[in-house]
Amino acid sequence: MIQIECPFCGKRDQSEFSYGREGQITFPALNADENSWYDAVFLRKNTYGRQIETWQHTHGCRSWLLVERDTVTHKIFSVKLAHTDWQKQIKKTT
Amino acid sequence: MALQVTRFSAWNVLKNGFIGQSGWSRQWRDPEPKSKYDIVIVGGGLHGLATAYYLAKNFNLKNIAVVEKGWIGGGNAGRNTTIVRSNYMLKGNREFYEHSLKLWENLSHDLNYNVMFSQSSHITLYHTPSALDSAARRYNIMRQTGSDAEIWSRTKLEKKIPHLNYAKNARFPIYGSLVQKRAGTARHDAVAWGYARAADKLGVDIIQKCEVTAIDRKGQKINSLQTNRGKISAKKIALAVAGNTSRLWHLANLGNLPIESHKLQAFVTEPLKPLLDQVVVFGVGGAHFYISQSDKGGLVFGGDIDWYKSYAQRGNLPIVQDVAESAISLMPCLGRVKLLRHWSGIVDMSMDGSFFMCKTPIDNLYLNAGWNYGGFKASPASGWYFADLIANDRPSEIIKNHDLERFKRGHYIDESGAGPDTKLHG
Repeated sequence: MIQIECPFCGKRDQSEFSYGREGQITFPALNADENSWYDAVFLRKNTYGRQIETWQHTHGCRSWLLVERDTVTHKIFSVKLAHTDWQKQIKKTT
Repeated sequence: MALQVTRFSAWNVLKNGFIGQSGWSRQWRDPEPKSKYDIVIVGGGLHGLATAYYLAKNFNLKNIAVVEKGWIGGGNAGRNTTIVRSNYMLKGNREFYEHSLKLWENLSHDLNYNVMFSQSSHITLYHTPSALDSAARRYNIMRQTGSDAEIWSRTKLEKKIPHLNYAKNARFPIYGSLVQKRAGTARHDAVAWGYARAADKLGVDIIQKCEVTAIDRKGQKINSLQTNRGKISAKKIALAVAGNTSRLWHLANLGNLPIESHKLQAFVTEPLKPLLDQVVVFGVGGAHFYISQSDKGGLVFGGDIDWYKSYAQRGNLPIVQDVAESAISLMPCLGRVKLLRHWSGIVDMSMDGSFFMCKTPIDNLYLNAGWNYGGFKASPASGWYFADLIANDRPSEIIKNHDLERFKRGHYIDESGAGPDTKLHG
């Protein structure tokens, strides 16, 4: 089974996580033209090999992660938090 | 040179019984690729082979090649759960799959090859009164568009399929089912071999172990394909490589597609005496499970896709567990049955769960892709309509909305209403 090293919880089985989408996708501004929304919502690069993708640790700390994984061998190269400013955010709320 | 193929007939079976089975010919040729064809179909799966067959048969076209990177029957043609049905609801899909089922009904005769299509019924169980309403809606749509459907009560089900879990205190007690009696299963390898043999007989070159490595594109036209067996040029090129569509799309520098590759697992148990005549589908509370018994006696079943994008042709363990749990809750009598094999195939998951069969931004390139988890049953109609698209250079009325641009027009063909997330259409 794939195991993902969550930065908060440590190495956990893939069944605790849920796959999100390709990591390079960013959503355009709300008033952007239809074509850029079409690209973001519907089109996928569908890389054969190494790609960056998002996963959520659904049954753990619930953080969103950026995972670099090979889609052919399932080897994982790196895992980091998708929201890099989480420390700032926590300070703001406490 | 066309090969002289021995026809399968009662007479030939009898004759060969007397001469030690020495009168059978080779089933299809193994030609070297020519440098030029009128039509090259990339992908020697069921869809590619069927397309070649109908191009030759319905349109009397010659000079066609099918190029396959592995061997025919080695990809998803040999990795499915062999279920054939046409219980779709949406316009376009309904007519398409019903046409496919009609082709299945006569396929063995048409190909002179026994594809062992057995119309043993497809049973979709429901577990709540509101699911009955939904089943009735589907039933009405199917009946009114020239298909067959029945609703079976729990009492009838208990008589017809005695081994299901009818316990009143089951987590999801069985209320009844929606039944399509003309649906059933077929022998998947036989379909690949039957189409290959019939297409070869009509002059199609089936070239195995021939992988496309580059695409020579000049503006709006593709001149030739580079393969590991040399350069092949063609007037028209057709892609039928579901699972790997994006890879070829990138080779042609065509950008991104509304497709993600996912893997779908299937399982077979040790052979048992006859236990289950029908295909039974259990789908409630997040579970998704379908089971039938093969002619050899093994129970063939499957569940959801693996939930994350992958090109690896091997499955993950959480789905093995999910599927085993469903099997036991539906048929507790399977508790001690051993799993013989399980495997996985790569499927094109599309953004609305429906397929693509259309012209492309390139003038002489045609696309057949996005079969999600249901390409097997579609094979005959897929070949039929794809051949029609290639030969006439325009989509038939039935598949006119199965193009890549449909999302831009807001025309989703989303049977499950799950929205634009490929993994939710499993």
